[in-house]
Amino acid sequence: MNDQTSAASAEKRASSDGLLSVRGLEVHFPIRSGIIIERQVGAVKAVDGVDLDIPRGATVGLVGESGCGKSTLGRAILRLVEPTAGTVTFDGTDLGALAGEELRRMRRQLQMVFQDPMASLDPRQNVQSVISEPLRAHGVGGDHRARVRELLDLVGLPASAANRYPHEFSGGQRQRIGIARAIALEPQLIVADEPVSALDVSIQAQVVNLLEELQDRLGLTYLVIAHDLAVVRHIADIVAVMYLGGLVEQAPSDDLYATPLHPYTKALMSAVPIPDPAVEDARQRILLQGDLPSPADPPPGCRFHTRCPFRQPTRCADERPALRTVAGHPATHRVACHWAEDIEAGRIQPAAEAVIEPDPAPDPAT
Amino acid sequence: MTNSEPLLDVRDLSVTFTRKGGPSVRAVDGVSFTVRPGETVGLVGESGSGKSVTSLAVMGLLPRRGVQVGGQVAFDDDDLLTLPRDRMRDIRGRDIAMVFQDPMSSLNPVVPIGIQVTEVLERHQDLKGDTARAAAEDLLSRVGIPDPARRLKEYPHQLSGGMRQRALIAMALACRPRLLIADEPTTALDVTIQAQIIELLKELVQDTGASLVMITHDLGVVAGLCDTVHVMYSGRIVESAGRRELFAQPRHPYTGGLLASVPRLDAPRGAPLHPIPGSPTDVLRWSRGCAFAPRCPNRIEPCTDGPPPLESIGGRSLRCLNPLTETEEVATR
Ligand SMILES: Nc1ncnc2c1ncn2[C@@H]1O[C@H](COP(=O)(O)OP(=O)(O)OP(=O)(O)O)[C@@H](O)[C@H]1O
Ligand SMILES: Nc1ncnc2c1ncn2[C@@H]1O[C@H](COP(=O)(O)OP(=O)(O)OP(=O)(O)O)[C@@H](O)[C@H]1O
Ligand code: SF4
Ligand SMILES: [Mg+2]
Ligand SMILES: [Mg+2]
Repeated sequence: MNDQTSAASAEKRASSDGLLSVRGLEVHFPIRSGIIIERQVGAVKAVDGVDLDIPRGATVGLVGESGCGKSTLGRAILRLVEPTAGTVTFDGTDLGALAGEELRRMRRQLQMVFQDPMASLDPRQNVQSVISEPLRAHGVGGDHRARVRELLDLVGLPASAANRYPHEFSGGQRQRIGIARAIALEPQLIVADEPVSALDVSIQAQVVNLLEELQDRLGLTYLVIAHDLAVVRHIADIVAVMYLGGLVEQAPSDDLYATPLHPYTKALMSAVPIPDPAVEDARQRILLQGDLPSPADPPPGCRFHTRCPFRQPTRCADERPALRTVAGHPATHRVACHWAEDIEAGRIQPAAEAVIEPDPAPDPAT
Repeated sequence: MTNSEPLLDVRDLSVTFTRKGGPSVRAVDGVSFTVRPGETVGLVGESGSGKSVTSLAVMGLLPRRGVQVGGQVAFDDDDLLTLPRDRMRDIRGRDIAMVFQDPMSSLNPVVPIGIQVTEVLERHQDLKGDTARAAAEDLLSRVGIPDPARRLKEYPHQLSGGMRQRALIAMALACRPRLLIADEPTTALDVTIQAQIIELLKELVQDTGASLVMITHDLGVVAGLCDTVHVMYSGRIVESAGRRELFAQPRHPYTGGLLASVPRLDAPRGAPLHPIPGSPTDVLRWSRGCAFAPRCPNRIEPCTDGPPPLESIGGRSLRCLNPLTETEEVATR
């Protein structure tokens, strides 16, 4: 039942209007060299042509390996880093066209929650001051003490927390403080960059549940960045999979999990350990070779072709695949692979050395 | 390999850090477990539960000052805790090797990888010159480092995290250890690289018959890898069982709580998560009762009267006065 209602609400959210729309977004960091005259000798293509839509009230999850550009994409959406190309449209407004006071006002609507709660909180400010800081910065009037009490209550902390300092709290509680601060200005969109990955396992769920609860109560829209696919699947309505600066697959969470179409998504999913020996013993794994190539010198063609176990002699190495729909799947499920249909139908099989069959060895008798 | 004598027998291991002017911290408190030849044993627990300190004590790598170590660690016929330093150094390198979470901390940053691997081979296997170099190249390719001849010349910072961890595993294997202790070897790595490293460790255990102690906070890693699992909380083992038994039916409320709180990739969406309330820092001193009591949904009065004993029940060890029953376990899922 639970399953159905959540699927229905995901459907509703996915079909409702868009809050944020990203088109052709690029963030290239210049690589400079030279002692007297600095000149640009190349660029780190951290984000390299991303299209992404975030429906109002939805949670979009962004996953991918370390260094693939997730944080840079999140920061570029909030214009904490300047995109080198592309547009970000928020609620009908082109953020790139805003400057000065207009940009500052718009920023109230977009807030960020960081991975390391301690690094993002000033240790010398007490919690009252930390949480009310955005209110002061944006010149919000009213009773800040009362507002902070209200915010603390929303994130499940006692009012007495206001007079204490960040270091007096556990990691999970500090993340609650960071969230209280992010929602202080009643934003519409929150970009949460690895909000639980620095937390102990037993308390990650507290923060995940809190984010979901706040979404229901305040109608928030989320972009949740995480490298943990299980967390993302749990929290997100729509999942976008990123590889080396670009999105390789994007789909409603259930579709992505049921039928991953991109070879990278398949490999990523098969690599996530599942805390259940029965499942682990029966699983086939697709192992990738090597590491993520350098974003300063991305491979031509499909960015993934250097590690792809399904790579074909034609197209993969010289033609960059765009995100597209695939027959038999909803239009919201899009994948950037030339061979998605053949791979799904089993006409193209992964290279044998990449496949690890389930271990048939029985448990050693104990 | 089934009913052989244990290779490693840790008995009642305790480690206390004493600080001048501060309270002493008992990081490990009466921990006992065995590792048989060819067996893979998991130590799981959250940050601060004493996993690393346990492994450092076994390896004789704890600082000498300000630390009190008690108990026995039997390896072959020796007690590693009372062995003279030089004997311990021989064993460490020859019979027992360790791989850490941060490979950078165990590699020398200013010496090329090749020289570091070759040195281990020269020291422990009596190989020299070209033979040692060839063996080093062979080792690197065995742990899946492409183009090993070139890699041998590179410095640690020129390798990615995954490659560095492989190089470290290669060095650990260079001495053909009978026991490998891996402390969160994949925690800093991406899942796709983690899968490669775990597959590598599995293969090595199978091929060489070595035993493996895997230290991790990730129940998923344990589920696919370890024969026997010990769950630690605040310096003590709270539950030990074969991995199938443990996951099919966790009996300690902490084990059950951990399993109910982690999202599973294969769980239906919308399946609620049940976090453990509080944080791992809300602990009771074991001398006063069960350390998990402040967070435990099953707590009863006697739990805070004194330390619950570790008891054997149906093939597992359990330190709990009011363990989960079958129905409760189903309810938390
Ligand atoms: N300010 C910067 N200047 C130059 N290069 C940068 C800068 N910020 C990020 N990069 C590079 O851009 C790429 C993407 O980095 P980013 O932090 O976005 O990755 P990520 O997916 O968030 O990784 P992680 O999972 O490790 O947080 C990396 O190669 C990184 O080194
Ligand atoms: N050198 C030290 N001096 C004082 N206390 C220490 C020292 N090393 C560890 N401790 C304490 O011992 C306890 C156990 O630490 P340990 O490093 O074994 O935890 P762990 O289970 O490995 O955690 P993690 O998952 O964070 O690695 C902690 O409370 C820690 O603060
Ligand atoms: S396009 Fe080719 S290389 Fe890229 S994912 Fe598809 S099969 Fe693999
Ligand atoms: Mg990041
Ligand atoms: Mg540790």
